[in-house]
Amino acid sequence: MRLRTNVLRIAVVLGAFLAVELLSRIGAIPRVMMIPPSEMLIALVRLLLSGRMNVHIAITLRNVGIALTSALLLGFVGGVVVHALPRLRRILDPLFASYYSIPIFVFYPLFIVIFGMGSIPLIIMGFLSAVVAMVINTLNGLDRVPRVFRKTAQVFQMTRARAVCLIILPAAAANIFTGIKLAVAYAFIGVIAAEFILSGGGIGYQISFTYYAFDNNTMYALILLILVLVTVINMSLYVWERRLLTRMGRR
Amino acid sequence: MRPSKPHTADVFILVGGLLLFWQVLFLLVGELAITPPLDTLLYAIRLLGRERFWPHVVETATAFAAGLAISVVGGLAIGLSLGFHRLSGEVFEPILTALYSIPKVTLYPMILLIFGIRMSAKVAFGTIHGIVPIIIFTMDAVRNIKPVYIKTGRLYHLDPATMARTILVPAALPEIVTGLRVGFSLTLIGTLIGEMFGSLQGLGFVLMRAIGLHDVKTIMAVTLLLVAFAASINTILLVIDHRLHERAI
Amino acid sequence: MSQPHVALTNVSRVYPGTRNQGPVHALGPLDLELWKGEFFSVVGPSGCGKSTLLEVIAGLALASEGTITFEGAPVAARVPDGVGVVFQEDASFPWLTVQDNIAFGLRRAGVDAEEIAKRVNYAVTFMGLKAFARAYPAQLSGGMRQRVCIARTLVMQPRLILLDEPFGALDQQTRLLMGDELLRLWRETGATILLITHALDEAAMLADRVGVMSARPGRFIDILPTGWPRERDSLIVARQEFGQVTGHLWSLLRGESLKALQNDQ
Repeated sequence: MRLRTNVLRIAVVLGAFLAVELLSRIGAIPRVMMIPPSEMLIALVRLLLSGRMNVHIAITLRNVGIALTSALLLGFVGGVVVHALPRLRRILDPLFASYYSIPIFVFYPLFIVIFGMGSIPLIIMGFLSAVVAMVINTLNGLDRVPRVFRKTAQVFQMTRARAVCLIILPAAAANIFTGIKLAVAYAFIGVIAAEFILSGGGIGYQISFTYYAFDNNTMYALILLILVLVTVINMSLYVWERRLLTRMGRR
Repeated sequence: MRPSKPHTADVFILVGGLLLFWQVLFLLVGELAITPPLDTLLYAIRLLGRERFWPHVVETATAFAAGLAISVVGGLAIGLSLGFHRLSGEVFEPILTALYSIPKVTLYPMILLIFGIRMSAKVAFGTIHGIVPIIIFTMDAVRNIKPVYIKTGRLYHLDPATMARTILVPAALPEIVTGLRVGFSLTLIGTLIGEMFGSLQGLGFVLMRAIGLHDVKTIMAVTLLLVAFAASINTILLVIDHRLHERAI
Repeated sequence: MSQPHVALTNVSRVYPGTRNQGPVHALGPLDLELWKGEFFSVVGPSGCGKSTLLEVIAGLALASEGTITFEGAPVAARVPDGVGVVFQEDASFPWLTVQDNIAFGLRRAGVDAEEIAKRVNYAVTFMGLKAFARAYPAQLSGGMRQRVCIARTLVMQPRLILLDEPFGALDQQTRLLMGDELLRLWRETGATILLITHALDEAAMLADRVGVMSARPGRFIDILPTGWPRERDSLIVARQEFGQVTGHLWSLLRGESLKALQNDQ
């Protein structure tokens, strides 16, 4: 059954690809709108080989990396702290619940004014997009540790530190992994959206630039690059998560 | 996540805390960067009183409403079909998750090329943001309907329409509402981002123009209006969401 | 000699094979006759097909072979009129109050409002749910929710009631009390009852006859009459015959349970 769904899935994706390819080749989709996917692919390969986008790719990856790492660390620590302070948690709850309904990019100009143009506002945007997802999921994970696990730790006379490392964190692992998955996705979205909207370098900015320069080939190559990059990373996390969960018997 | 019911006192503390933080930030970075809470509020009210401001609001509201309508109707239809048809649901689930994670802003130039610099581009952009979570949540809601409910329906010889109306919809409703809530917020965000480029009307455009002119007052005031709108609607939907999940076992 | 209320002849159920495993022979072939108004219980090791048996009788699942009749008419893919089922899992609808839950079937059948009110009121009182009529299932314990499910079945005035381990999630004392209620229900309605349970004492206490099933594929090893009077309650557990019946059931079942355990491994 698994094999069948996998095959069907590949067929669906391939089918969509081929359909678009066909439509653009016969001119049903004008070149001015979108170039055929195969040409996007070729343009991407050429682009990567030529290395002229390497600077921008490096900038984006660095921005995402910093934003993500800080979001994961601070988000996790924040989650742990808030979990330990129920009153604080109750106060912050509405904020967490509404956070992702707010268009965070509206605060972008604020950061530019404070920190100037350049990478810092981009990193902050990525950070702000990702951190709350990590906090929320850390909180959920800690909530879901069954009380009986904590009692077991007590029966084994474990110190707090050992209990946390050996029992509580593994028990919360599933939710924390969800937090990591979301944080990765949101960090990319935050950084690239910020690069796109208000420049500063990076792939997002380059997409905007090539659009205005009518350089469709490079633009689509870059769009494809981002799609592939983000999808590969997220899919890897997804597969890793499933393995983790199956081992723990949660599926 | 099921947020616990906030006590009124706590909400005041939170809002008070945020306002305080805002004021302190103003004292630190000065008026070239942000405007303090009271001034922002007053200016926002003034903006709302200006005749020239409203066409922008209407533009955004129209684009948002259209995008939302398509997201909701399309999302529910697709989500329900994928939910009921097991195989399709399984095949498409990772594809949808992947779609959810990609930075849709990168598709923006493509949307512009396809739709041109028009209302339809904004609507399209809003839709691609909002439709995906609605599909995912609706699909999950249907797949998670307890089989015993359907067996019970068969005991009473319910025809498909009655089965849907009296059992399937109420059972799936809590998760569907959560999806609609998320879809609402994301459609709004998508519409605003869509307005920031090549548009000559709309709140997104106003924002972009203010950024270009370094018009801090307008930036803050429009931001305040948008955040207030988004947060209040989300809170209302959250209350509904919460009530529905309270009854769920 | 009158006709049996429910008759199964040479019934078996085989689940078709998938890519990963061959076909699963879940049940039978077996024969069974249930007489009108009797209380019949089925016990057997886990995985022996007890639930499948119930679903096949109810018309919720199709037998691969053999025939099932209820009141003389064949049962196939549709639940016949006059059959009520209480499932193992909690089937109470969380979005309806207790009384709306109980009224559900009647409303769908188009019964008029006055009659609905009368029957719901009766069921609510009979099952001891009067104080919770307007509560939602989420506010009730597992045992109370099962009572709601039983009440919902009761108002339809079924002639055959099938129960699939309805008290599985409850503690022993509550189960004994629920057993009392079930007996009351049985006497009050005069329905034929088929109760599936893994608890031998429950089967021994409640039933007129107990069918013992083998390990998968389930067939009846033996059917034990208990000989209890109709007016019985949970206090018969004190009687000596109760111990004998339960003991006999276990002696039959022990070997089969071991077999089932090995099958699992």
